[in-house]
Amino acid sequence: MASKFLLVAQREYLTRVRKRAFIILTLAVPLLLAGFGVFIAKLAQSDDSTEVVEVRDDSGLNLATRLVSTPQLRFVPATGTLAEAKKGFVKAKHEGLLYLPAGLDVEKPTNVQFFGKGNISLKRQLAVENALNKAFSELKMQKSGLSQEQLDRLRSKVDLKATSLDDTGKEADSNALATSGTAYVLALAIYLFIFIYGVQIMRGVGEEKSSRIMEVMLSSVKPFDLMMGKIVGIAAVGLTQFLLWGLLSVGASTVLVPLLTGADKDKPKTEVAATTTTAPGTASTASADGEPQSAAGRFDRGMSQQNAQMNPSKRFDIFSTLGNLPIGTILFGFIVYFLGGYLLYGALFGAVGAAVDDQTDTQQFMFPITMPLILSYIVGLSVILRNPDGPVAFWMSMIPFTSPIAMVIRLPFGVPMWQLALSIFLLILGFIGTVWVAARIYRVGVLMYGKKVTYRELGKWMFYKG
Amino acid sequence: MKPILEAIDVRKAYANHVALDGVSLSIPEGSIFGLLGPNGAGKTSLIRIITQITGADEGEIRFRGERLNPSHIAQIGYLPEERGLYKKMKVGEQLLYLAQLRGLSRADATQRIKQWLTRFEIKEWASKNVEDLSKGMQQKVQFIATVLHQPSLIILDEPFSGFDPINANLIKDEILELRNQGATIIFSTHRMESVEEMCDNIALINRSRKVLDGPIGVIRDQFKTNTYEVEGKGKLIVVHPDFEVVEQKERENGHFYARVQLHAGVRPNDLLRYLIGAVEVEAFREKIPSINEIFIRRVRETMPETLLEEAV
Repeated sequence: MASKFLLVAQREYLTRVRKRAFIILTLAVPLLLAGFGVFIAKLAQSDDSTEVVEVRDDSGLNLATRLVSTPQLRFVPATGTLAEAKKGFVKAKHEGLLYLPAGLDVEKPTNVQFFGKGNISLKRQLAVENALNKAFSELKMQKSGLSQEQLDRLRSKVDLKATSLDDTGKEADSNALATSGTAYVLALAIYLFIFIYGVQIMRGVGEEKSSRIMEVMLSSVKPFDLMMGKIVGIAAVGLTQFLLWGLLSVGASTVLVPLLTGADKDKPKTEVAATTTTAPGTASTASADGEPQSAAGRFDRGMSQQNAQMNPSKRFDIFSTLGNLPIGTILFGFIVYFLGGYLLYGALFGAVGAAVDDQTDTQQFMFPITMPLILSYIVGLSVILRNPDGPVAFWMSMIPFTSPIAMVIRLPFGVPMWQLALSIFLLILGFIGTVWVAARIYRVGVLMYGKKVTYRELGKWMFYKG
Repeated sequence: MKPILEAIDVRKAYANHVALDGVSLSIPEGSIFGLLGPNGAGKTSLIRIITQITGADEGEIRFRGERLNPSHIAQIGYLPEERGLYKKMKVGEQLLYLAQLRGLSRADATQRIKQWLTRFEIKEWASKNVEDLSKGMQQKVQFIATVLHQPSLIILDEPFSGFDPINANLIKDEILELRNQGATIIFSTHRMESVEEMCDNIALINRSRKVLDGPIGVIRDQFKTNTYEVEGKGKLIVVHPDFEVVEQKERENGHFYARVQLHAGVRPNDLLRYLIGAVEVEAFREKIPSINEIFIRRVRETMPETLLEEAV
């Protein structure tokens, strides 16, 4: 009866969702994820935090304004005499002082000095040298008659745009990172879901059996309803948990990560301004935080221009490639394989819970169930991800035990319609089959106590009469 | 009275043994019915067929004349021998859940749970987890779960095993009360003495077959051996063609106990008259066979000697 099935599913859902462990886990995971995010962000920040180098320009060549700042290296004008500046940059906690002495020869620049705290790293030295080289070449080019406008145009940033051609010759932006990333995330979600909640089904059945409530239950509910109610109820628990994890993780990351990493206030602004493709002028007003000299504006503009060119273009790329993925197919496929895979494995986990008395006996029956799951995950992320159209990928995405993971890995790379249809058809057949087998094992197993169950025994249960 | 439940030639076989071999029963409505027999006789198999946990291979069960079907689940209450509740669920919620599964509406169930918990004086435990309750309280909860949906047929498998004496008495009274309200109760037990004084009708099952059934009084009459117990003072020496002393015990201060069997056609008053002339009679009563004795006798009659010892 449908209403009993719903009652069972409702109980399975409510008793689990209200458990303290569920609430704690639901809250803890996003916090952990956010904490992990903060950790990564801190690491990344410490790696490419902006180093500030003061510039004392006595050359009279106006070189300082030609030094282009990057997100990693920022040039600011030094104040006072050289002696004052030497003390000043240490006090200001800046990383170094670049001294361009008077009478510098453009053709053969020597005597340029760089003062740094402690040892000067090769990376830093190379970065400063690189900036100086560019400044000198600009200067030389200007001397040979190029206007400032022309020079600005010469400053270019090349970003490779990879384009994939499909069979029909249609072009699409291809971003291997976005495609594999999507595949990886989808596969991991299905793998974890089946594992975590499949084991919960098994435990739940085991508890019902060991607490001896089974007989009371079976005198009011059909074993099939009881089993399916449990599977569906626990699926709802899982979906709730995943949904909350998703929402809370996004929430926690957006709130906590910037808060804890103490990111520059202007940074997000720059990004916002840049992604809305406003002129860099807007960005520079945002980042002109109290630099005394007007030259600073130019230094900073250099930096924000770089930002505007580099950062957003990359982001835009990933988003646009994500947009080029077959989103509809992926979403549809993910839901089908997510649910189909869960039902298929859930029924088997339920059958194992029903077949054994003792939780320690579950091992021998767990192994054949978890093996195809683990196999499809490992092979999927190694072989299929590298060759999503190969024979391994094809066969694994057809076999119902491996297709939930194998096929979602292939989805972002594009799968022929007939393969998808065949695979889904086989998956449906597969889960009807396993549910049928599981229901038979379940029906006999739940009332079987004190008997060491073997595979032969399970085989016999298939053919017991109702 | 019309039967509430009839079993007609029910057969049930498992992989390597026959659990029920052509068992027929008729359980009158409003009675307490004892389903008696040793362990492994087939009682639980029969009950699982009645509660629709399994089905019979052959034969038929009729509930009020209809073939048994899932619509009857709401009218049957079942307390299995293996007791159990969801340990991590609150008492009130658990009862509500079980009652709803038996077809009771949420509102009705809530109200009746309140009544029963008050009646068993465990109302304040309603919001506690089952695992926090004492064993006695868990048993009360289990019993409430069995009868909450006001079933017209209540099946109790080994009802008093595991109950402490106080709870056993409480449950006994409740069962009698339910019977008075019109419910039919099936007791299933291998400890025949524990229920025989409550049963109106019994059926004896041994080795998958019914060996005897009927109203308990009729069965007892059937198995009476026309034997009387005598207690008194003096020296009892019976030399009479009509009577025969089966057993005699000397007790202190010249008292005695004896069992005397009357030959066919002889009336108890004849014995009494004879006794009064011979000794001082202090007690005189008919020896009524216990169900256990009847069972053993019946099994002995119907089974070859070699199998008897295993059976008993």
